[in-house]
Formats: sequence, structure tokens, C-alpha cells
Amino acid sequence: MNRRHLVESAWKALMIASTALVVGCLLLIVGTVIWKGLPALNLAMITQIPKGGYYLGKEGGILNAIVGSLYLALGATALAFVLSLPVVIFLNVYCAKRSRLAALTRFSFDVLWGIPSIVYGAFGFVIMVYLRMRASLLAGIITVALVELPIMSRAIDEVFRMVPRELKEASYSLGATRLETSLKVLLRQCLPGILTGVLVALGRGIGDAASVLFTAGFTDRIPTSLGQPAATLPLAIFFQLGTPFREVQQRAYASAAILTILILAISLLVRLLGRRYAKHIIR
Amino acid sequence: MSDSQSHLRLRDLSVYYGDLQVLKKITLDIPDRKITAIIGPSGCGKTTLLKTMNRLLDHLDEVRIEGEVLVDGEDIYGPKIEVTHIRKKMGLLSQKPQVLPMSIYDNVAYGPRIHGVRNRKRLDFIVRNNLAMAGLWEEVKDRLHQPASRLSVGQQQRLCLARGLAVEPEIILGDEPTSALDPQSSQHVERRLVELKKDYTVIVVTHILRQARRIADYIVFLYLGELVEHGPAQEILSNPRDPRTRAYMTGEIS
Repeated sequence: MNRRHLVESAWKALMIASTALVVGCLLLIVGTVIWKGLPALNLAMITQIPKGGYYLGKEGGILNAIVGSLYLALGATALAFVLSLPVVIFLNVYCAKRSRLAALTRFSFDVLWGIPSIVYGAFGFVIMVYLRMRASLLAGIITVALVELPIMSRAIDEVFRMVPRELKEASYSLGATRLETSLKVLLRQCLPGILTGVLVALGRGIGDAASVLFTAGFTDRIPTSLGQPAATLPLAIFFQLGTPFREVQQRAYASAAILTILILAISLLVRLLGRRYAKHIIR
Repeated sequence: MSDSQSHLRLRDLSVYYGDLQVLKKITLDIPDRKITAIIGPSGCGKTTLLKTMNRLLDHLDEVRIEGEVLVDGEDIYGPKIEVTHIRKKMGLLSQKPQVLPMSIYDNVAYGPRIHGVRNRKRLDFIVRNNLAMAGLWEEVKDRLHQPASRLSVGQQQRLCLARGLAVEPEIILGDEPTSALDPQSSQHVERRLVELKKDYTVIVVTHILRQARRIADYIVFLYLGELVEHGPAQEILSNPRDPRTRAYMTGEIS
């Protein structure tokens, strides 16, 4: 075997090894969660709110955190989407290709992406104190939306940048305005990428504990309005793992399994919906 | 505005990309209801010239345009001009057909809908009529609601033609509209263009001399951004006056 073939196989082996490592880690995490969580998972966990002494091993469930997380993540993702889309359209359709403003905006999103979410939590908390707000679902939604915003914007932005110039020109040359082109052509063309961006952001939002610690608070009850505090699954996991009781720790794994399944279900649902519209996309 | 003046006239048109001047003081009257072919070696500014006519260069950075492009006597680069109105007057066929990410029907209906046609029957009529004019109706009449992207490239280009015709333009611009097509589809598109010149002014950029010979009534020869020669096709093709045109025709420059 000559040198070039040797190099080829060596690199290929390396790639397979790292792929195996990554997939293996993922499977290990999911496996652990399911393995340890399944025995503790029962109907009560997903249909009841914690009763007195739940964190000491007594009866109850984490319905409060499931509902709280869903409210919070869906609310935050919707808010982040409503804010992201105009930004992305502005950057890609209205700004010139080499616009300084666009470059600066993208750069700041990249920086914001890397900021730990506890900082967003602290930021949200400071604002809340200033406004004399209590920890509430609303405060949590706004804070998590801020966490999601740079992720979603940049993910969607990258897809919009891939749209061939000729497609925009085709629409313009029929007398369409930039707005019409954006809403009627680009949105359709970018739909799968938009969905991916939304899902990535949703995943980050629903799994984040630090940003909601101070802002959404924690409660055993299911919130009935935006002004009430809300429990979340990541915090429920954190609190249950933190107890010295084995059976409660096991429930933490069960909660993690629920969170994983929830994300999986939402992703599949959104993808399924998206497929109906994706058939028109120009490749 | 008198009848003797043509629809589309260029006056001292210069275009700069940054410091580079790609079109040099071009003054030209495009004959109405004829096919005008813009020919010349690659990089001579053919496509640029075409795109200045419906202001598609507006979207590029660092482009500067001097001079006038008069459509019906009105400078389309004038301050009060609404650009969508100008573009509506011109149908564009690009090098690679670019269908919109929607169904065949919606592709054709896109323009009319934007310009305010809502009536379903009217839209049906427009779609049918223009697909027929582009010579595509028979092939797609049973699958109007399928994605346009599933058509063959040749069919897509005819769809683009139908889509452009649907906004009732006065002028059809073609930027090497057959360069991505197989010979049969090319022939199809060429035949359509020849039929369409009854009602439309057609301007086609081409790098295929034989194509110009086949379909053009009027020839514009550009070289390095300069308008070297223009006139009736027969005259230019059989008896070019400028040595550069002659060199291009014999294949010495390309």
C-alpha cells in the first residue's frame, strides 16, 4: 500500500472513531437517563403536582414542572421568533451585502450566543428588581427569549444567506417589492432552515436551568397566569438530584427522561408539519 | 412622445463597478417588436447592459450608473420612478431558469397576484393563457399544483417565460436564456421568442453567434464595454464594418 492510501485510511479511521465517540456519548447519556429513570417513571409523575414532602420521597409528581416548562419554552420561542424574523429579513433583504451594520449585528449575536445563561438570568433579575416584579412566568419567558434570540437569529440568518441571488432577482423582476419577496418567496424557500433554527433554540430554552432560576422561580403549583411563578423541568431535576434520598434522585432521572421525550415529540411534530410545505423548495 | 420613437432608448449610459467602468457611454434605440440580440465576447458588459434596463443592478453594492434609460420617454433612473413599476414592464429570462418555490400554477399567478388580481377565474385564465403562450400548457395542464421544481430545466425556462408574460410586460429581456438548456429545449424557447415579437419587444443577450443569426432582427455588438456596432441583423452579420466585429465573427476574439 502506498503512502497516499495509508493517509487516506488513517484519516478515515480517525473520522469513524470520532463519530463513534460522539454517537456513543449521546447514547450513553440517553441510555443512563432511561435506564435509571424508567423504574421511577409512573403515571403519578406526569399527572400530579408534588404533594407535601415530595422532595423527601413522599407521593406526588412533577406535572407543575412539565406544564411550566412547556409554557415557558413555547412562550419564549414564540417571542424569540417574532423578534428574530424581522432582524433576519432586514439583514438579508434590506442591508447591502457588505453593510457594516449587518456585520456588527451578526458579530454581536455570535458574542451573545456564547454568554452563559446565568448571566441572562442575572440580567433579567436586575430588570425585575428595577421594575419591582416578582419571579413570574412572564419574566422567565422574556429572559429565556433573550437566551434563544441570538441562537435562532443566527441559525435562520445562515439559511437566508444561502438563498441564490437569482431567486430574489426572479421575484424582483416580476415587480415584487422586497417585503413581498421576503414573505412570499424567501420564507417558503427557507422553511426547513427556519424550523431547524426554531427547534435548536427551543431545545436550548426548554433545557436551560440557569436563566429561569431567579426569573421564573419555582413553585409546586401550575401557573394560571403570566404573573405567577412557574416551575421548570431542569430546575425540578436539579432539586431532586440535590436531595440525599435515593428514590428522589431516581425521580430526577425520570424527569430527565420526560424532558428528553418532550423535546423529541416537539421536534418530530414540527418536522412533520414542515414536510408538507417543503416539497416546493428549489434545490 | 411620438410614434417614431422606440419604446426603449439608452442615452450615454455608463456603468461602474467600483472604479471599473463596465459600460462606456452607450447610446442606443432598441427597435420595437423585434428581436434585438446583444452579442460580444464574455465580460464585455452584455448582461450588465441588460440588467440596467430593469434596474436589477440596484441590488448590488458599489454600482454607479450614469446616463439615461428611457422607457416610453421616461428615465427609469429618475427620482420619482417606482422601481416595481419599471420591472413590471419587463419580463426577465435568466441564464439558469429560476422558478419560485411554489406550484406551477402559483409561479405564473405570482406576478398578477402581487399586482392585485384576486379573482380566481381571472387567475385561472391568466395562468392557462400564459402557459399556452410559453408553449407549456399541454405538458403541465394536469399537474398545475405540483411543485415547479419538478419540471425539467427546459420546461422550467418556459415556465419562467409564462411567469414573466403574466404581468403583461412590454419588453422581454433574456440573459442567455438557452445556455442551460439542451438543444431541443433551446429550440423550443427560441421559437417562442420569435412568435412573441409580434406583440413584444425582445432583447436577448447571447454568446452563440448562430443563435443571433437564427432569431435576431437587430444586432448590438459590445466589446470591452463599448458599443462597437449596431444595426439590422443581416447587415451586421454579413458585412460588419468594424474590424473588431469582424474578428469576433471569425472567432479570433471570443
